[in-house]
Amino acid sequence: MAMLDVTPQANGTAPQAARKPRSHARMAWTAFMAILRRDIVVTARDFIPFLLQVLVQPLFFLFIFGKVLPNLANSGTSSGFGNTFTVLLLPGIVALTSFTTALQGVTLPLVLDLGFAREIDDRLQSPLPVSLVAVEKVVFAAMRGIIGGTVIFPLAYLILGNSFQVRTDAIPQLIGTLVLVAMAGATVGLTIGTLVKPEQISLLFALILTPLLFTGCTYYNWSGLSSIKWFQIVTLFNPLTYGSEGLRKFMMPPITVTTPAGPQSFTIPTLDAQWIFLGLGVAIVAFFLIGLQTFRRRVVS
Amino acid sequence: MAQLTDNAIEVIDLVKHYPKAPVNAVDGVSFTARRGEIFGLLGPNGAGKTTTIGVLTTSVVPTSGKALIMGHDVTADPIGTKQLIAIVPQQSNLDRSLRARDILTFHAAYHGVPRRERNARADALLAEMGLADRAKEKLTRYSGGMGQRLMIARALMHSPAVLFLDEPTNNLDPQSRLFLWERIQQMNREGLTILLTTHDMLEADQLCQRIAIMDHGKVLALDTPDELKKIIPGGTSLELRVALPQPALVSATGTAREESGLLTALRALPGADKVDEIAADPNDPAQEGITRYRLYGQDAGTLTAPALQAVSANGGELRDLHLARPSLEDVFIYLTGRNLR
Repeated sequence: MAMLDVTPQANGTAPQAARKPRSHARMAWTAFMAILRRDIVVTARDFIPFLLQVLVQPLFFLFIFGKVLPNLANSGTSSGFGNTFTVLLLPGIVALTSFTTALQGVTLPLVLDLGFAREIDDRLQSPLPVSLVAVEKVVFAAMRGIIGGTVIFPLAYLILGNSFQVRTDAIPQLIGTLVLVAMAGATVGLTIGTLVKPEQISLLFALILTPLLFTGCTYYNWSGLSSIKWFQIVTLFNPLTYGSEGLRKFMMPPITVTTPAGPQSFTIPTLDAQWIFLGLGVAIVAFFLIGLQTFRRRVVS
Repeated sequence: MAQLTDNAIEVIDLVKHYPKAPVNAVDGVSFTARRGEIFGLLGPNGAGKTTTIGVLTTSVVPTSGKALIMGHDVTADPIGTKQLIAIVPQQSNLDRSLRARDILTFHAAYHGVPRRERNARADALLAEMGLADRAKEKLTRYSGGMGQRLMIARALMHSPAVLFLDEPTNNLDPQSRLFLWERIQQMNREGLTILLTTHDMLEADQLCQRIAIMDHGKVLALDTPDELKKIIPGGTSLELRVALPQPALVSATGTAREESGLLTALRALPGADKVDEIAADPNDPAQEGITRYRLYGQDAGTLTAPALQAVSANGGELRDLHLARPSLEDVFIYLTGRNLR
């Protein structure tokens, strides 16, 4: 059979012996970068579907909450409510999109892979510690989250028009916060993805994602909750709260409202920077460590 | 230096206990596979074969005991071990997000094979596996046999020293199975050490230079196929398929007495060293009401006439009679008293 002819390249063990022995650290680094490249290649090939997946939800949020509802509110009273709401909504949408894009980038593939597809086996059998496979998932998902959050800006500019107002004097802080939000989403995603079984996926959306979205201070600012104290405290357990508030802090310009006494300028209060970074930092470290632990338990028995 | 050992695989008193499991999945297994050998783990489902492979391929941490690949302690040095081995699992775990050729090149990239080498290798292996014209496809339209061939190609991409095949021909059509057998022998001739698990006796007999028969987490016997067959006394066996009268309608205990009556009679035959009654496969309607008896002896042929007399004396009706040199299946039945499946 011609098919059985051996080609020199496909020859047994000879090249193995010829290859230079490499240190474990070097092998692991090479494997890690190749696995990361695999994820980038796969996502880049399906970049348009990826963008659609990321953008459709925020597009409607921005249009309805940032354009339609403020117009309805303003038509009666001509107050500054609509404008104010849009200004505090946009950072919330950026945070939410970045967080959930990162989270889903880890959770869904992991649930399926660890559940039955086992497509991850090839990477687990690569010469690197299995924990690094989880680390790669987090790194790549965070990259997805950063891209997801970033593409909201031009989208919002197109939809909101004049109501698009973003501070330009805190760009480094803004970028730093966005990175942390994406990392928080990715680490939370790692923990969820290693805990949820495939048959529980529908529960995942109902019981985990929905509460996460609505208690994350995305559609309201934290200080605005002062009249519902218990709920204000609940939101502090959601890492997304710190992300939304953080982006608010570095995105919202002072707002000018026309009053009978003339134009007045004010800033919407947010959580303090140290609480924002502490909240995000604790969430990232905690969920990363828990996720790594559960990941190891799922792949090595 | 560890690399100089002649043994590709060494397993020493391996025990794996899964939490909450009543018994050990692997219960004190020891064996050695030499370099360049095709070594078989033969046993029914649940015998501990896959768990043993899991330990050897670093995905299962042993409760106690030791496993070495080319002298590397698997548990102490999983990274070094993974560089030396490749696995073709029972069920496809191919990366469905990638196209066929990318599956090979990325696998090699994970293992640090330089770009030019991995491209050349992927093309050569795809051609060799008869997949060259489907190399740019995703796997949606790949058949089971094609997926299997792709997994073997993938396993060879980083030139492992030891290849693990877990039930490689399970679920394959006969043609793919033959192709795979030839490939396995070919890879072995090229110097690859191969450990395969199977519950297919013929496969083990055809392919393996040595076989460990496993059951309930233990190795029952380990030798070449020919030596294993010598475990059976005499060297020939006589198999009878008998339809017994059906007083089962009267009572279940009555049937049991009837059957053991014939069994006792057969055991009493002079020259029958061992007689087994093998339960019929409950899933096979053709076997309903049929009982198989297997008689082992120095010259089982001489048992034919008295055995037939015993059958009719017990009211049975002979359906089939078969005189055979022992196969590995007979060895397994001899060792465990039951069928492989």
